[in-house]
Amino acid sequence: MLEKAKILDQETIQRSLTRIAHEIVEKNKGVGDVCIVGIRTRGVHLANRLAASIKQIESREISVGILDITLYRDDLTLIAYQPVVHKTEIGFDITDKNVILVDDVLYSGRTIRAALDALIDLGRPKTIQLAVLIDRGHRELPIRPDYVGKNIPTAKQEMIEVRLLEIDGKDEVVLVEKDERNNGLE
Amino acid sequence: MSETTAWNKKDLLGLEYLSKEEILLILDTADSFKEVTSREIKKVPVLRGKTVVNLFYEPSTRTRVSFELAAKRLSADVINIASETSSVKKGETLIDTGRNIEALKADIIVMRHNYSGAAAILARHLGISVVNAGDGWHEHPTQALLDIFTLREKLGKIEGLNVSIVGDIAHSRVARSNIWGLTKLGARVTVCAPKMLIPPGIEEMGARATCNIEEALKNADAVNVLRMQFERDEQSAFPQQMEYYKKFGITEERLSKAKKNMIVMHPGPINRGIEISSEVADCPQSVILEQVTNGIAVRMAALFLVTQAHDRKKDETAD
Amino acid sequence: MKLLIKNGRVVDPANNLDEERDVLVDQGRIVKVGRNLNGGADQIIDAARWLVLPGLIDMHVHLREPGREDKETVESGTRAAVKGGITTLVAMPNTNPAMDTPESVQLLQARIKESAQAHVLIAGCISRSRQGRELTDLARLKRAGIVAISDDGAAVDSAPLLDRALRKAKEQKLAVLLHCEDRNVSAGGVMHLGAMSTRLGLRGISAESEYKRIQRDIQLAEKARCPVHICHVSCAESVEIIARAKKKGVRVTAETAPHYFTLTEEAVRDYDADMKMNPPLRGASDVHAVIQGLIKGTIDTIASDHAPHTINEKEIEFDRAEFGIIGLETELAVAATWLVRPGHLSWSDLVKKLSLHPARILGIDKGTLGPGKAADITIVDPAAEWVVRKEECVSKSRNTPFVGWRLQGRVMYTVVDGKVAYRQ
Repeated sequence: MLEKAKILDQETIQRSLTRIAHEIVEKNKGVGDVCIVGIRTRGVHLANRLAASIKQIESREISVGILDITLYRDDLTLIAYQPVVHKTEIGFDITDKNVILVDDVLYSGRTIRAALDALIDLGRPKTIQLAVLIDRGHRELPIRPDYVGKNIPTAKQEMIEVRLLEIDGKDEVVLVEKDERNNGLE
Repeated sequence: MSETTAWNKKDLLGLEYLSKEEILLILDTADSFKEVTSREIKKVPVLRGKTVVNLFYEPSTRTRVSFELAAKRLSADVINIASETSSVKKGETLIDTGRNIEALKADIIVMRHNYSGAAAILARHLGISVVNAGDGWHEHPTQALLDIFTLREKLGKIEGLNVSIVGDIAHSRVARSNIWGLTKLGARVTVCAPKMLIPPGIEEMGARATCNIEEALKNADAVNVLRMQFERDEQSAFPQQMEYYKKFGITEERLSKAKKNMIVMHPGPINRGIEISSEVADCPQSVILEQVTNGIAVRMAALFLVTQAHDRKKDETAD
Repeated sequence: MKLLIKNGRVVDPANNLDEERDVLVDQGRIVKVGRNLNGGADQIIDAARWLVLPGLIDMHVHLREPGREDKETVESGTRAAVKGGITTLVAMPNTNPAMDTPESVQLLQARIKESAQAHVLIAGCISRSRQGRELTDLARLKRAGIVAISDDGAAVDSAPLLDRALRKAKEQKLAVLLHCEDRNVSAGGVMHLGAMSTRLGLRGISAESEYKRIQRDIQLAEKARCPVHICHVSCAESVEIIARAKKKGVRVTAETAPHYFTLTEEAVRDYDADMKMNPPLRGASDVHAVIQGLIKGTIDTIASDHAPHTINEKEIEFDRAEFGIIGLETELAVAATWLVRPGHLSWSDLVKKLSLHPARILGIDKGTLGPGKAADITIVDPAAEWVVRKEECVSKSRNTPFVGWRLQGRVMYTVVDGKVAYRQ
């Protein structure tokens, strides 16, 4: 895989998340009914960071949950590797809440479709809003984000790699040339 | 969690044929499914459009219902076929029955059969997945997996545990599957039964054998009490029921001499007053009903994993 | 019609011969065995680098005719036999009707006359319908043409009945071929009782069910002073009991089958019914004991116990599948590969087990290549390797446990009564 450009670094990632936190507070007129749900794996860490940012702004704890969408994917038979089913861990009721769904990269929209189905099986939220760090375009479903860290127009054979301190040991977003065999969802 | 472990088997025939990693993968996957079964909407769409056929040659309400619920919670369609082997004697062979079900475009056959090896024979002749729901005296993998799952949930780990299995070991598929699964995960297994119900060479499967119940319970972290089926006896060789209860029954008195908090398991249905006393069956250490609950999650995991492996294999051959 | 077999290594233990010789055959008889034979043969076989053996004799074959012609017939079974180098076989009497009356025997003889490709000798039943209750009329059966008696597949449980049978058989000079099994002990078993049956959850057949019955039958034979032949010896204890009896001077001979010196209970692992037979495949120590028994001469003969079954009776649950495997086409090659190649037996030893000893036990003038003898000859390429394949079986059934085995030693020609009955 060929690394072509660094799009965000630690500082710009944090700045984007802080801005999104402000936008969430503004749009929901406070965070009274707001909860955050991160999509495994990197969405979870972004969700935690957003919750921390909101706490700094509003001085309130926001509930954060983890969503595993494996069982809702529409490409299970297409992927070459063994998907591991992890637990969904949402320890609160999402009914009548404004759920902020968080993922790292928005691409085809299929992950979000799966996540919406998974969420709706868990309850009936007042709204579901979508926050992503990167929107790289090429949507295949009518889905759009409510909060975006950065829009990156990409070619299909390119790929966005989000690396986070919690998993990868550093914070950065890079544009890479796509490995041919990788046909998973970004 | 074992991210790198892959499940590549289209069938689940027995724990003898699985690696430690594969067993752990089922248990971990079941862990995730247990969360699903605790939801208000206990259903995920992962097997939507798939058909599961429960092919039962032996009557079994609990295992069949557990598999049926598991399949339905994965959004699969379920068909139940009950068949009496005796009436099949002159009729269709097992393989022909399987091929017919395959021709109906079913995706998984869950089979209970009174002859050992029936699931293996069926799996060998079919392209679709076969899940063994008990074959003769041979194996009952999902039962052992749910026993082990429950034990792990209660005690945190399997490695290093002392687990005793008490009852008719010779004719028990539950015992065999438990021996394989537990020993692969690093537990020490003791089987305990009247001498005539301990089959030859059981030690070669990794279990220690004893005819002394006190010895079996000493140091045990858990005891798995098997159902005594006196009606199976053809040669009147079984000791009388009361005699058995006196010598091998799990009673409060025996429990009081065992390790504190020793877990009591039973694959059900229980015979109160034959292999286990009512008091023990209902005591706080008894996890018998939790086993039933966990059975669904374990079977969901099994159905999910074999389907995944089967579909991936299909794609590979299509390439 | 003269046939000359040139340059082959003639192995004829009856004449203490194991050297390159030519064999001249005329009018179904061996005329001469010698060096550099010539003289206007109609057909010459160049057997250079090949073995020229007295035609093999299989004492234990189930031809299934009459009654189960879907499994095998005299025609198909003897075709399989000559492909395996067998020129004479003994047909076991568990047919339908069973060989318990002269009429049944005549019925089979008619079929043999019409369609046999090799010599078929008939074993008659010891008891009527092989039920173990009523002795058959051995004198009449003998007059009808049987050479031996057996209730094979079933054992004779009643000691008094067997005692009477032995005394009658002695009088009539009939070989007694005993299937030794105590069914009260083996009841319902489908494989060897041991660690593997425990692992597989299958009902076991103990070694005891075999050797205890051998012990009893040998005692009866000793008392009746009648020679007996113990069929399909499979376990170590049996070998030991027979060795002791022989040492004591009891006239007992014993047979084993290729699967008992090549396969163990381990082979049942996948519930493949082509591994199901009675007696069952035993443990590794039993295989070792059987081989030792062959080496030391405790076991006199090797027979196939050829037991054809249709696919419907085999491709089913192991418990429900029929007992028995086919073996005519593979027995020589399996024995050569597993006994001669590793040096357990010489070719001469093997010819004794597969031809000379069976002839002696049956009391027939065969098993050797001396001048004047019937020209039953098996020609083998001892170096040729081949792989056993189900689709190449000429038997009507394909239930062989040796599928995929690479064997060394291939039958090139089988000559029956001076005529080439098979050529590779």
